[in-house]
Amino acid sequence: MFVAQVMAERELEVWDCLAAVSDPELDEPITDMNFVESVAVSDDLRVRVEFRLPTYWCSPNFAFLMAFGIRSEVLALPWVRGIEVHLMDHCLGDEVNKGVNSGRPFHEIFAENCDGAVLKEVVDKFLAKAFDRRQEVILLGLEAQGRAVDEIVGMRLGTLKRVRFTGEDELRQLPRYLDILATCDLASADEDLAFPTWQGQAIAADDLKDHLGRLRSTRINMEFSGALCRELAQSRYKEVEIGPEGPTLVDFMAGRVPPREITETGR
Amino acid sequence: MFKTPDGKEIFVIDGHVHFWDGSPENQANIHGKQFIDCFYAYHTGFSPKEELWPKEKFEKYSEDDLYTDLFIDGPDDMAIIQSTYLKDFYKNGFNTIERNAEVAKRYPERFIVNGSFDPRDGEKALEYIHWMKETYDIQGVKMYTAEWNGASKGWRLDDPDAYRCFELCEKLGIRNIHVHKGPTIKPLSKDAFDVSDVDYAATDFENLNWIIEHCGLPRLDDFTWIATQESNVYGGIAVALPLIYNRPRHFAEIMTELLFWIGEDKILFGSDYGIWTPRWLVERLWALQLPEDVVAGRGVELTDQAKEKILGLNAARLYGIDVESKKKQLSGAPVQIAAE
Repeated sequence: MFVAQVMAERELEVWDCLAAVSDPELDEPITDMNFVESVAVSDDLRVRVEFRLPTYWCSPNFAFLMAFGIRSEVLALPWVRGIEVHLMDHCLGDEVNKGVNSGRPFHEIFAENCDGAVLKEVVDKFLAKAFDRRQEVILLGLEAQGRAVDEIVGMRLGTLKRVRFTGEDELRQLPRYLDILATCDLASADEDLAFPTWQGQAIAADDLKDHLGRLRSTRINMEFSGALCRELAQSRYKEVEIGPEGPTLVDFMAGRVPPREITETGR
Repeated sequence: MFKTPDGKEIFVIDGHVHFWDGSPENQANIHGKQFIDCFYAYHTGFSPKEELWPKEKFEKYSEDDLYTDLFIDGPDDMAIIQSTYLKDFYKNGFNTIERNAEVAKRYPERFIVNGSFDPRDGEKALEYIHWMKETYDIQGVKMYTAEWNGASKGWRLDDPDAYRCFELCEKLGIRNIHVHKGPTIKPLSKDAFDVSDVDYAATDFENLNWIIEHCGLPRLDDFTWIATQESNVYGGIAVALPLIYNRPRHFAEIMTELLFWIGEDKILFGSDYGIWTPRWLVERLWALQLPEDVVAGRGVELTDQAKEKILGLNAARLYGIDVESKKKQLSGAPVQIAAE
């Protein structure tokens, strides 16, 4: 009994760490997107993670980024002795699975499978989009509080950290925005500018409106992709065959049972 | 013909419809199954519940289904059928020009059949363009730059082979080049949704009209930037429009950007039938009011006049259709389906 409990806790730990892996195109955790199908921890502390994307055709570079993201997050857990990542039902599934489990450097495998794409460039491009999206939420939140343009563009990081937000979006995005500022060396000290551009420049007060226009374009694109991914992921396995006895426990655990009523996801 | 709630008649050209065979009997391999399954997920994910089809009908619908859904139950006056070959996935192709021309035969006054070609076929592509023009007198084509062909996983509109094909199109009077730039089927890995090639092709072929289907989404900003520079670039709203059902605010944002950047004269309606049926799409588009806070700062309006252009007048202009005489012709030749 005790052993089973420890194993269950380890599985939960893996689930928790997987929340740090994002769909690069959407900037949403793969666990929120329901991409992770299963997590298993063996007696000798090897982890197997199975994941699945909204369609068979999802872009391979996203698939590779997520597969390697899963691998590195799980391996960062101190007790893990090995990791196997398995992408299911994808047109390049074999290549992704072979690549991520080979132990070879990610950038090599990425270039081989993605027409010579340079991993760092691709990662940077997605980071820039994530940055835009997170920053827009906070900027609009401050505007909605009636703050002046000069105050917003001149705000320091220490001040931003003390702002009280009440909106759901702002509360969710603020820690994510602070995190990307720090990891991308854009702002970390309290006296640093809270709203640099992705290139690290200050935003001129006159330019805030245009700047927000650009962030809005990024968001519209990401929301379009997000809308497709969410609906397609939900629809993909709706047509399932359940045996004459009805679904078994395994079917439920594997997520093979469609929701009884599809809830409206409009917002 | 779409009748507005206050009785006005609106001429509708559905700029993007299909007549496919995705049935298991026609599937050549797993890709064929996954392809139609993915389409079906679009259908179930973005249609109102009362518009859902059973999987079997979706895989292969009949000629009568098509006429009924577009012209009898649906508001379309005319429809542009796009050809998509996918011969690697389907034994007889997915919806070839032969199949499309056959279904159009019964009501030729209502259909525009577009062809398709693959520039990577070289000389054969040129011969094929000649053949389509001679056999079907096509006025337009549909291009899929992300389609597989042997070892190639895609091509660009500004490739030299493509330019030779477009030169021939121009010479033969095939003026409307519809390009699929949107959510892709097995996208190019480096940049799945790149639209930069449109810029070159549209500049170098000023006499051709470039209709960018799905408006380049999710690269709307790149698309609108290019479309603003080029007077011969248009945006087709198929696949974006169904978001009007469960994400109306998001669709309003897309529409606002399109109106602001490219304007009401260059936006084309398309249902993407059989993924979606046109009736509910047209009804909802007509009813759409852009929320004030969405248009704030953009200063655009989606007027009835703009909607009328989007629903038919813009496509009529591109395809040389005289709307008034077409209306007369169609009212004298109603679509009829024999009772079973």
